[in-house]
Amino acid sequence: MTPPVRRWVFLVGAAGLAAFYLFGLSGLPGFGHYPGPYGFILNRVAVPQTNATGVVSAVNFEYRGFDTVGEEFILFAAVAGMAVVLRHLRGEHEGRQPLDEASDRDLPPTSDAARMVALLFTGPIVLIGWWLVSHAQASPSGGFQGGVVIATGFVLLYLSGEFRVFHRLGPADVAAAVEAVGAGGFVGTGLAAVAMNLPYLKNFLPLGTVPGAVSSSGTIALISFFVGLEVAAAFILVVGELLKQTLLVRGKKR
Amino acid sequence: MQIFPFIVVVWIVGIGLYGMVTSRHLVHQIICLIVVQSSTYVLLLGVGYVTGGAAPYFFDIPLHTRAVDPVVQALALTDVVVEAAVTALLLSFAIQAHKRFGTLDPQELASLRG
Amino acid sequence: MMATATAFAPATGLMDALQVTLLLLVAAGATAVVLVRERVTQVLVLSAYGLLLALLFLAFQAPDVTLSELTVGSVLLPAVILLTLAKVRKREE
Repeated sequence: MTPPVRRWVFLVGAAGLAAFYLFGLSGLPGFGHYPGPYGFILNRVAVPQTNATGVVSAVNFEYRGFDTVGEEFILFAAVAGMAVVLRHLRGEHEGRQPLDEASDRDLPPTSDAARMVALLFTGPIVLIGWWLVSHAQASPSGGFQGGVVIATGFVLLYLSGEFRVFHRLGPADVAAAVEAVGAGGFVGTGLAAVAMNLPYLKNFLPLGTVPGAVSSSGTIALISFFVGLEVAAAFILVVGELLKQTLLVRGKKR
Repeated sequence: MQIFPFIVVVWIVGIGLYGMVTSRHLVHQIICLIVVQSSTYVLLLGVGYVTGGAAPYFFDIPLHTRAVDPVVQALALTDVVVEAAVTALLLSFAIQAHKRFGTLDPQELASLRG
Repeated sequence: MMATATAFAPATGLMDALQVTLLLLVAAGATAVVLVRERVTQVLVLSAYGLLLALLFLAFQAPDVTLSELTVGSVLLPAVILLTLAKVRKREE
């Protein structure tokens, strides 16, 4: 199918899709007129029931905790699949003779300004990420957001030109072990509830007295900690694997 | 204003799909897939919005203030992080395809046989 | 940022204008991401699109989704795509 024909077939299909979509929109209550009772009920009962003032994190880790286990395992499987796909690539590489494919060019040295700014901000970013992970129940924070911020702190190490420090501080096997601990800890918290004859993932830790304090809301804080570990380790693994691929050819001549 | 966000959603889906269908480079296709995924976040948040509602965090506003729906926000936020990892997996497939077949053109890759 | 997100709620007319502006910018940004031809420029436009999306989510009273999208869409995804492009281009030499 030649490209112009493909384009016209797509435009016809897209016009049909848009027509059906707009026809379906006519039955919706419109933007801003949210009708459903579920959101309003949750906003009313979440704080008295769980002592967590961050209702979104309470929904993620308590009311719909089982869905979050599934999403976390999508993340886990994607990173594992990536490690498998790229490992096969590495094995084939080692048989070839190393050749310097860019011998007429030099790596430009990272400017001092970029290095200083990146290194200065790495510490605060990891700290902010850790603050986000531990305050899931209070404010707009939680395991997922804090985990990606921590991973960004590690990526800053690479951006400052010290990619070997990145590999030493976030080696692949340590990151993989931390990710496994995070994923297993989440499932284990649910299973611990089952061991006490409660339904899976029920909140069994003491709820605390002040809504929104760090020590309140029971298992929500614990699950957020495990999720933060897992997401941070997953993204460090992802960037580390891709970095190893990029540096593989150059690494041969050392 | 009643259905304007949803029209923007279908526009983003349409332009992203157009980019995917007429693409000549696998990485460009993956970037268009990211754009299509972003339309679902806008759709989710648009469905749950309440006019005059505040964000559903009650640590500094009184407990019974009118707030937007927290469930769609929970869905959208795990969505964003998980789909980034799946995109990374797709990119590693693109690297593998380039290694095996030497080309990153999806229209040439479609006609190759193993 | 989190306190002002909850204080956004009054003044409904202002929220409507801000949301409409950001929605138009997001639609334009999506078109730009698809139609740019150079690979590295496209990645930078994608990063700016992530920032625009994060602002839109803030205008929709969703600070949690803003945090995720800001980090993922502006830093992590472009970094991963640039590393892939570097890997693929190295072989093309």
